Amino acid sequence: MIPLLLGVSLLTFLLMAMSPGNYFTSLLQNPQISPDTVAALKARFHLDRPWYVQYVFWLKNVFCGNFGYSMAYKISATTLIIARLWNTFLLSFFALIIAWGIAIPLGVWAAVKKDSWIDRACSLFAFVGLSVPDVLLSLLALWFAASTGWFPVGGAQSALYDFMTPAQQFWDRAHHLILPAIVLAASDLAGIMRRIRSCLLDTLRAEYVTAARARGLGEGWVIYKHALRNAINPLLTIFGYSLAALLSGAFIVENIMAWPGLGRLTMEAFFAKDSYLVVDCVVMATALLVIGNFIADLLLAWSDPRIRLK
Amino acid sequence: METAEPISIAEVKITLSPLQLFWQRLKRRKIAMAGGVILIFLYLVALLAGFVAPYSYDRLDTDYSFHPPIWPRFQGTHLVVPRYEQGGGVFTYHIVENNSKPLHFFVHGDKYKLFGLIPAAIHLFGTNDKNYPVYLFGADQFGRDVFSRLLYGSQISLSIGIIGIVLSFTFGMIIGGISGYFSGWTDTVIMRLCELIMSIPALYLIISLRATFPPGMSSPQVYAMIVVILSFIGWASMARVIRGMTLSLREQQFVLAARALGQTHLKVIVRHILPNTFSYVIVAATLSVPYYILGEVVLSFLGVGIQEPSASWGNMLTAAQNTEYLRNYPWLLAPGAAIFITVLAFNFLGDGLRDAADTKS
Repeated sequence: MIPLLLGVSLLTFLLMAMSPGNYFTSLLQNPQISPDTVAALKARFHLDRPWYVQYVFWLKNVFCGNFGYSMAYKISATTLIIARLWNTFLLSFFALIIAWGIAIPLGVWAAVKKDSWIDRACSLFAFVGLSVPDVLLSLLALWFAASTGWFPVGGAQSALYDFMTPAQQFWDRAHHLILPAIVLAASDLAGIMRRIRSCLLDTLRAEYVTAARARGLGEGWVIYKHALRNAINPLLTIFGYSLAALLSGAFIVENIMAWPGLGRLTMEAFFAKDSYLVVDCVVMATALLVIGNFIADLLLAWSDPRIRLK
Repeated sequence: METAEPISIAEVKITLSPLQLFWQRLKRRKIAMAGGVILIFLYLVALLAGFVAPYSYDRLDTDYSFHPPIWPRFQGTHLVVPRYEQGGGVFTYHIVENNSKPLHFFVHGDKYKLFGLIPAAIHLFGTNDKNYPVYLFGADQFGRDVFSRLLYGSQISLSIGIIGIVLSFTFGMIIGGISGYFSGWTDTVIMRLCELIMSIPALYLIISLRATFPPGMSSPQVYAMIVVILSFIGWASMARVIRGMTLSLREQQFVLAARALGQTHLKVIVRHILPNTFSYVIVAATLSVPYYILGEVVLSFLGVGIQEPSASWGNMLTAAQNTEYLRNYPWLLAPGAAIFITVLAFNFLGDGLRDAADTKS
């Protein structure tokens, strides 16, 4: 995990070093700032040194829990990133809950009623869901929010957030979170549902399911206790895979629906040429993904003791 | 009624080649065939975009900003285009009764280059009159025809998918083949690199890669850049799968035979091992094209891909991000519908190809 993150940070750092110009090139064009000041600032951020020296400085700071200083925002990058990371985490977490909460019963239903009209409807829905681009879905959600006025258009909290009581604050955050989370969930829902259906179809053919039925167990008991319980291993693997798609989806949803998360911060930092901040964002997003996969592995090991983590 | 089934002599079993068998199985899947037909149609129209589109992609007419869609209708036996006039507020248009112009086919209009080579000015349809525009899907904020731009945009968006997939899959297959064939430290290094690329959430990596290119590039340069960026990310997953397949293929006897005949390593990989992975590759490629199309859409949508006035499905959608526009002029979402149809067709076709290639079931 650590070597991987080191590799990712080295790669992004290299890419940022290759990018033409930096934050200070635009400052140099400002007649109010003298070239000496810019040079001094550059020296302060070690931007006058070769990229590998910059990398060593950056790495040393990161190990001390300091993600540097955002040149564009003029605040500590650590505070900025933690706030944004939390937002992305919230968005992804609730999207995961919504997506899996709907996908499991729907997938099970489609598998149990295989080849019925329900199954066909679900599979058509899955095809459509898989094909709707996140961009279009987010735009439609924006349109929905703007035309009905039921949901706020963008942002994570209202302007008057600081003057609210804690209960109002909680409701305000939830109100802002619902629509982006639903959009993000909807883009993943179809794929997850299809896989749950095929996993469950495999286990429904197993002999222990027939045995359970032969013993006179109720159908619900058979499906949820015997079939689904045995399909949980491939499901956990899917869970690990779906995280990558989720984070990329979150990037799009955040940027279109103005949700102040890591993806939006990355774009803002990209446009401001705040290269350290871009590196920080990419590393944090990767860390989020790697940790998510690690949790999926742990769950897998917990659910199936035969699997040993290397 | 028990009669023995007579054995007909005419029933000679014709052995079909694997490709014919595959085609037979595919033909039985109606949805997959429908997807294929839609795709052929879309690519044909993209190829002939200049001819089918009534206007050029950058022809603007600010008198017709946000003009609603105009559909030709029948008047007797003629197709006519009704006239709209502005009134009752900005960008509100009303139809003018009994005022129309017949629609002509093969009319003279904006200049374009057919297939990017042959200069031409003949368009499939039009009215030959500037005051009677034909905006099938309405007009955008600059009064440009959304339908024409959609067609020109499809040239970029659709071709990026194919070129990107060919580039990254060729690269991925060769790298994967080398990795699996030689194993040892070559394998270790390549696989660690793949894992590195695959562990970064795709869009974050795309944006970091985008940062290495200077701003203000010309349209062909941006196009090449997008292909390079998307291929840089796409090869890794392909290489991993091909490596796994190569690991088992290289133990087979025909590889040993090829080696014994003194063929070079590269020739063994390219001529003997990789062709055995083709059925997987073709299915995977069909199912992956949408990701490349969407990659271009997202980059152009965020303003770091294809730039105005060039049209791409991504940068056309940027206008729809303005909620005020979106509420009043929903036809700006037309590129979104085009993306949806394309991706759906690719998914249908890919799914059918996968089932048809799966000989085990």
